[in-house]
Amino acid sequence: RICVITLAEAHPLLQDGKTITSINYQISANCSRLQNKVSGKSKRGAQFLTELAPLCRISSSDGEEYTIYSCIRGRLIEVNENILSNPALLQEKPSTEGYIAVVLPKFEESKSVTQGLLTQKEYEEVLSKRLNSS
Amino acid sequence: MSSLTEKDSPIVQLLMNTGTCPRCILRFCCVGSQELYRRPYKELMRDLREFLKNNEEKEGTVCFDEVDPPCKRIRLEHTEEGPDDLNHNGALQQIPSANDENTEMKNSVLKICNLCLGILQEFCESDFVRKVCQKVNSADYQFTSFVFSVSLPPQLSVRERAAWLLVKQEMGKLGLSLAKDDIIQLKEAYKWIIHPQLSEELGVPADGKSLFEVSVVFAHPETEEECCFLATACPDCFKPAKNKQSVFTRMAVIKALEKIKEEDFLKHFPCPPSSPKNLCVALEIQCNNGAIFVAGRYNKYSRNLPQTPWIIDGERKLESSVEELISEHLMAEFKADSFNFSSSGREDVDVRTLGNGRPFAIELVNPRRIHFTAEEMKGLQQTINNSSDKIQVRDLQLVTRSAIGRMKEGEEEKTKTYSALVWTDEAIQKEDIAFLDGIKELKLDQKTPLRVLHRRPLAVRCRIIHTMKSEYIDEHHFRLYLKTQAGSYIKEFVHGDFGRTKPNIGSLLNRTTDILELDVESVDVDWPPTLDN
Repeated sequence: RICVITLAEAHPLLQDGKTITSINYQISANCSRLQNKVSGKSKRGAQFLTELAPLCRISSSDGEEYTIYSCIRGRLIEVNENILSNPALLQEKPSTEGYIAVVLPKFEESKSVTQGLLTQKEYEEVLSKRLNSS
Repeated sequence: MSSLTEKDSPIVQLLMNTGTCPRCILRFCCVGSQELYRRPYKELMRDLREFLKNNEEKEGTVCFDEVDPPCKRIRLEHTEEGPDDLNHNGALQQIPSANDENTEMKNSVLKICNLCLGILQEFCESDFVRKVCQKVNSADYQFTSFVFSVSLPPQLSVRERAAWLLVKQEMGKLGLSLAKDDIIQLKEAYKWIIHPQLSEELGVPADGKSLFEVSVVFAHPETEEECCFLATACPDCFKPAKNKQSVFTRMAVIKALEKIKEEDFLKHFPCPPSSPKNLCVALEIQCNNGAIFVAGRYNKYSRNLPQTPWIIDGERKLESSVEELISEHLMAEFKADSFNFSSSGREDVDVRTLGNGRPFAIELVNPRRIHFTAEEMKGLQQTINNSSDKIQVRDLQLVTRSAIGRMKEGEEEKTKTYSALVWTDEAIQKEDIAFLDGIKELKLDQKTPLRVLHRRPLAVRCRIIHTMKSEYIDEHHFRLYLKTQAGSYIKEFVHGDFGRTKPNIGSLLNRTTDILELDVESVDVDWPPTLDN
């Protein structure tokens, strides 16, 4: 099952007043997500991601830098190059055209990946708990 | 008509003494007259003995006349029934002396030929013919001709080779030669004899091009091991078998026989070949009809019907399918073993196919019935159409295999037209969408849609939207008609697929858009031919 990684609703970058200055897919000296190349139906050659694998680093005008993580295990199919040329897209349409990456988990892990995620409702509960405790 | 002459006499003698049947003897004497082989076994046997006797009497006289005296020719007009004198010497290396009168008169059991293992003996008789025809008739096929294919055990080639070496040696003594290719092939002679008999009983002619095939597989377990020595002599001819079947296939054995040296062959294989105790067995008698192709165009009126059965992990996700609804009736009428459905492109489960419909072709494998009139096809079409309101077919007709190519070329080259119901998040007015009508030959770059990305390679497709026409419905809806290049993803063109199809209706209108309904209005392929119905 194909997964699309996007910024979460409550992410700081999506809050008022933040301006993105740069998006960088070069996450280490040896690894750039832009160099990811897949071929064939089984997507051979793809960079394999674990939950904590960084996808990109985003800098904002106030000097903050945010690392966006994969959050799921699977093959990296593509990263969104449209946000490189148009960073505003990430904030205007974070859940559609402003997506970060597309990942394909292993067929056998598909179910466990899905079960590890939160539903919209569950997420909203997490958020409200966070608000209440602060 | 070729016949036996004096110089054939030593060969006939030799082969008869070593356990070879009359028809195989004729083969090795290069007799090409089909009629001769068809004569009854007993007559042939008697005539050959007569021939030998006559030549014995004339032994010592060298005579190379063009026209041999009648007594030396094998007689063709023989009517008397002679005694059953089928007595072969079960000879091995020693070649016994000439037939003596006494042994000829002895009644004995038919000795199985050491070369054909009974194929040109028992298996030419009416009993076997009847058995084959019974099988054919009970299988209930419709046919107007037949092709009879025979699979012979590979060891026959080995025995044939041994016999040739034997005969070659003998002829060499007489200063004569015998080319391997002049010898009549066993299979050919067999067909000369059995075709007319099969043809008579089945009532149809034998025809090499016939689609109806009757096949018989012969085996001879007793001599199966005879090919084994070839594996040690020519190991590279025999590749290990992929399935459980023997590595000694006919082709492999023939190849090895071509490679092996004469001396090596004679070292490992008895020459002349031994007389078997048992006949060959006819393992299988099978019938098969060549595939039949039915073509037509289908309409799909359901938004809940897949084209092919949707089964995941053995569980059917949606009831029925386009191909099953059409094929079900065809399979019943044509009484086929199975079918292969193909069409000029396909549509999603939730997309209707309107207009003239989409061309399709169904290959019916091993059909029992093959003759259908145009009327009957019309009737069949009606039956299919009456059985379901989810699909309808038209132009149902029989086509040739080559026709499939025309259909597939339609899939990649021809245009399609669609109608889509588009929803917009932000409000629109009539004027906002009018400009779409003027856009011609719009070039799209479509990345593999996310919805199919799990089973397709990632790629970018350039496709063209030839024309568009919009119909305003309300502030959030309009209908879009488009004519596109084959292979365009329409849904993605409407909603943009996360910006991975560019441009898209959303980007053109500068709004968030989605597709609510899609219909195929036409598939612009002019095949199959339209019928008047």
